[in-house]
Amino acid sequence: MISIVRIALAAGLVALAPLGARAAETATITIDNFTFGPATLTVAKGTTVVWLNRDDSPHRVASTTQSFKSPVLDSDEKYSWTFTTPGSFAYFCTMHPHMTGKVVVTE
Amino acid sequence: MGNLDRRSLLKCMAWAGTGVLWTVTGGVPRAAGLIGSAEAAAGSGALSFVQISDSHIGFAKEANPDTAGTLRDALAKIDAMANRPDFVVHTGDVTHLAKPAEFDLAQQILGGLKAGPIHFVPGEHDVLDDSPGALFRERFAKGTRGAGWYSFDQGGVHFVALVNVVDLQAGGFGYLGADQLAWLADDLKSRGASTPIVVLAHMPLWTVSAEWGWGTSDAEQALALLRRFGSVTVLNGHIHQVMQKVEGNVSFNTAMSTAFPQPAPGTAASPGPMKVGADRLRQVLGIRRVTVTIPATVTDLPLGGAS
Repeated sequence: MISIVRIALAAGLVALAPLGARAAETATITIDNFTFGPATLTVAKGTTVVWLNRDDSPHRVASTTQSFKSPVLDSDEKYSWTFTTPGSFAYFCTMHPHMTGKVVVTE
Repeated sequence: MGNLDRRSLLKCMAWAGTGVLWTVTGGVPRAAGLIGSAEAAAGSGALSFVQISDSHIGFAKEANPDTAGTLRDALAKIDAMANRPDFVVHTGDVTHLAKPAEFDLAQQILGGLKAGPIHFVPGEHDVLDDSPGALFRERFAKGTRGAGWYSFDQGGVHFVALVNVVDLQAGGFGYLGADQLAWLADDLKSRGASTPIVVLAHMPLWTVSAEWGWGTSDAEQALALLRRFGSVTVLNGHIHQVMQKVEGNVSFNTAMSTAFPQPAPGTAASPGPMKVGADRLRQVLGIRRVTVTIPATVTDLPLGGAS
């Protein structure tokens, strides 16, 4: 399943590349002290969200519906996911599931 | 309470954690002495084992750049015990990131232990591979059920090894799951209530800290199956420090890590690795010796006659 997610991610990036003139929007969620910040992030459709782990502990980000799932993020490692459809996407850390967050995607 | 009179114990379960012997009588732990006297008090013939936990092989950050070295020190401490334990249990997070090379190194180090076999349960750091826990099980939990749960009997004690680190649910804590709970009910149903039970699981089976997620969401369902037993000792890891609690006949105990300490709940911004300095590190890492004395020793004393 993880390899499928990676392929899907790669395909998403390739699809965006030809747009060229319009730089893809990115937004960052940081992981500090076992907390996602901001807890709720609102972005426009097409935005690539980057999770950055700044803890001494590894974390792993996954959608509660498993629509996306990062590999293990050790300290200072990142994971990106491009949100192409509007909606509210809840996610959590699969290693420390009390860590939760939400990405709200607008048109 | 003065000197402990062994003869008066109806049921005795003792474990030496941070250098103090704890004796459980009717589920209530009492400090009885230092490790030296604990080993003497255990006597011959008692079941005795050692718990180690949270070795995090692969971790090399400031809190402990040499987790392989401190695990080797832990094993050396076990092998140096005057009364060699019957076996060892490892309550999870053998590795830091579940990488094959970490498992290989852990297996090589743990293979150097001279004292008895090692029984394992995985921690959440051990199940990060694509097929969660497959690498762990093929090395440390062959022939187990589900995600790696099993039970065994030794010295009149029934040991239950649970897995509460897979398929974790958003917003929750550790998780046992319906399949494992059904297996546990079946595993326990034929056991008499007088059978002493020792439960192994990585994450605490009671809520040590909700804020830090230190608990198991469906632990209560497991405890409901365990409460009818006269003596239940729960041994957990995960929080890298000794915490103990008693509820009726059930005692809960978390162990020190062999890798790095973590802060007590409420004393730091996060539960991440605590940096204490190389000179103090080995004071806050450790192992736990558990001695189970079964059956009870009873001595009947007539009112008349020599005392």
